[in-house]
Amino acid sequence: MGFNHLLPLIFMAVMGLAMLTYVVLDGYDLGVGLLLPRGNDAHKDMMIASIGPFWDANETWLVLGVGILLIAFPKAHGVVLTALYLPVAFMLIGLVLRGVAFDFRVKARDQHKTTWNQVFFAGSGITAVSQGWMLGHYITGLQTGWQYQVFAAAIALALPAAYVLLGACWLILKTEGELQKHAVAWAKTAWPPVVIGMGLISIITPWVSPTVRERWFSMPAIIALFPIPLMTVTALLTTRVLLNSHRVLGKLCWMPFALIVTVFMLGFFGLAYSLYPYVVMDRLTIWDAASSPEALKVILIGVAVTVPAIAAYTVLAYRVFGGKAGELKYA
Amino acid sequence: MDAVLLARAQFAANMSFHILFPTISIALGWMLLFLRLRWLRTQGTAWLTAYRFWTKVFALSFALGVVSGITMSFQFGTNWPGYMEHVGNIAGPLLGYEVLTAFFLEAGFLGIMLFGHGRVSERLHFTATFLVALGTTISAFWILCLDSWMQTPVGYEVRDGVFHVTSWAEILSNPSFPYRFTHMMLASTLTVAFLMAGVSAWQLLRAKANESTALVLRVALVLAAVVVPVQIVVGDMHGLNTLEHQPQKIAAMEAVWETENGAPLLLFAWPDEQERRNRFAVGIPRGASLILAHDPDARIQGLNEFIGRHPPVKPVFFAFRLMVGMGVLMLLSSWAGVFIYRRRRWVAERLPRPLLWVLAAMTFSGWLATLAGWYVTEIGRQPFIVYGLLRTADVASKVPSGMIASTLAMYVTLYVALIVAYISVIKYMAEKPVDEAPPSPQSGAAVAHAAASH
Repeated sequence: MGFNHLLPLIFMAVMGLAMLTYVVLDGYDLGVGLLLPRGNDAHKDMMIASIGPFWDANETWLVLGVGILLIAFPKAHGVVLTALYLPVAFMLIGLVLRGVAFDFRVKARDQHKTTWNQVFFAGSGITAVSQGWMLGHYITGLQTGWQYQVFAAAIALALPAAYVLLGACWLILKTEGELQKHAVAWAKTAWPPVVIGMGLISIITPWVSPTVRERWFSMPAIIALFPIPLMTVTALLTTRVLLNSHRVLGKLCWMPFALIVTVFMLGFFGLAYSLYPYVVMDRLTIWDAASSPEALKVILIGVAVTVPAIAAYTVLAYRVFGGKAGELKYA
Repeated sequence: MDAVLLARAQFAANMSFHILFPTISIALGWMLLFLRLRWLRTQGTAWLTAYRFWTKVFALSFALGVVSGITMSFQFGTNWPGYMEHVGNIAGPLLGYEVLTAFFLEAGFLGIMLFGHGRVSERLHFTATFLVALGTTISAFWILCLDSWMQTPVGYEVRDGVFHVTSWAEILSNPSFPYRFTHMMLASTLTVAFLMAGVSAWQLLRAKANESTALVLRVALVLAAVVVPVQIVVGDMHGLNTLEHQPQKIAAMEAVWETENGAPLLLFAWPDEQERRNRFAVGIPRGASLILAHDPDARIQGLNEFIGRHPPVKPVFFAFRLMVGMGVLMLLSSWAGVFIYRRRRWVAERLPRPLLWVLAAMTFSGWLATLAGWYVTEIGRQPFIVYGLLRTADVASKVPSGMIASTLAMYVTLYVALIVAYISVIKYMAEKPVDEAPPSPQSGAAVAHAAASH
């Protein structure tokens, strides 16, 4: 009984981590995609080169996240994906456009390259906006009503801003010279909407959901949880200060990216705490939605063996292509 | 149109688009490994030129396969929410293992394989190429295992409408799996062989041949000539297996309405499902019984024994004929190609133009045959999603049909545009002169070192 009861919890954790990894890793890809029109031709090539060896594996974390939702929480998968049918379709079309444009732009004839660059930008944009829309609806328990639509629309704009901030910080880390200076300016532009968006989520979520209000604002939870918003604010402010310093172009080039990743992680943990134990807010708990323990055990063995291996070769790939991005050439 | 049919059309559109690219990347991954190995062994730069060109095709095919595969992982939920609720305990682990053991392996090492040359040792690069090829194959293993289980379900018990596993060993060795897996691997091999032969033939026709063209054409034609007959034998065995486990699929493939001994092999007919008979039938007497059961008088069960439980006849009947027709063309063209090429002492410039035109026309014949084959097996399973046990209509989504129709239109537009773009980019790359420099001394040294240490 004990272990069987624990199994859905383990899978919720694995799924959450997969989704978090996805949002961080593909987040910077999508952010770079959104920034693409702002660079000149040489910049564009370098921006793409900075994500070239990674984007494919980054996207795979989404498949793992949705895969676990599908196989470990089939009921929730049905409910969530049916409710989000249209934004899912748009996101998928965005992902398709972004993914193929990446490959086509270097192989098509030169006059078509511009078109594929635009497709790359459009695909990244459609993906990011639909993900924001889905996140907005998901947080509020997939309810329908104008106030939820407005909230989702706000998140649909805030998430792309967060991706742009992350992408700009990635470029600060991976590039040098003129492009790096541009990236700092882009990060500064993206910073205010991200702060507003995060503030909005923090205020509105407890307002629309009594469950969340209860979880955050009862004693002693409010004191125990205080470090989460505090650290988030600190990380955001530090980033903003850093962006004004010239050291961000040199030795500290990794720091804005690390700080924004921290912000994403804190936001994620805050969200996870709000939602638990629901997989669909106020409707389905993870135990209601879980597959049979036998099936979960079989998958758990696979997860236990392969996820460390996946982590290992992901690290390998990042080491192989570590340092400043260079020109990408097929072997 | 009703929502179930639309959901099926949408899923089928997505599946059809998706399968085109794994069909290429599975065998092309191994082909790249082969080209690479030949280059390491012989140091012939033609092998390297071929490797570089086909790596680009691989990257493109892989990207299209990945993005359409992601779409599919979502459509399981959006189109068939009931599917996982019923068979999630079986399908879930199989899909999960695909993502964990194959998807990540491919994607994780693809970056190193494509862009890592010069950054990593020759050995690690070779290993990365191997792991990517292995990943594509493992992926096919899990997916085909699940599909085969849906065709020939074993190793389960049903409690309260939910399927539970009784034996993973039985599921992993379900009766149709070995045949379907082999059939698909060979289909992939043939698709790649004809793609390579077709592109080479096109380069020769357009006078754009480079140093690797003749070599690639030779490898591709010989591969095709060897594999086509094997595929025909495997296909026949797969058919026998289907006759044993899914007689109504066979009946639909051959449009046999009444159970009969010594059923004819129909070369052409127009199956009329309303009147439950064939119009304009032209057949070889006893042919179907001979081919299907290896006995001219064998008894073939007719569709009328399965009323309400058999698939729509027309699509299965015609798709089967398209697949077999493609197989026959492949056999003729590859054998003729090898025969003539050998007579011309493997000098590509001396090949007759009509042969080159035939091969160029056959460039994507593998796609047609593979799609037709999948239509036979998947439409042939209807009206069930899990053969005999779970009906497709019972697991379909309740999403309004207008919404499905509009997204279907979006997907189809996108897919058609992408197929056009894919084919035109391959054509453009094939006609473009080779611009890469020969291997640099440093990578040459690395190669020599790696070759010596083998």
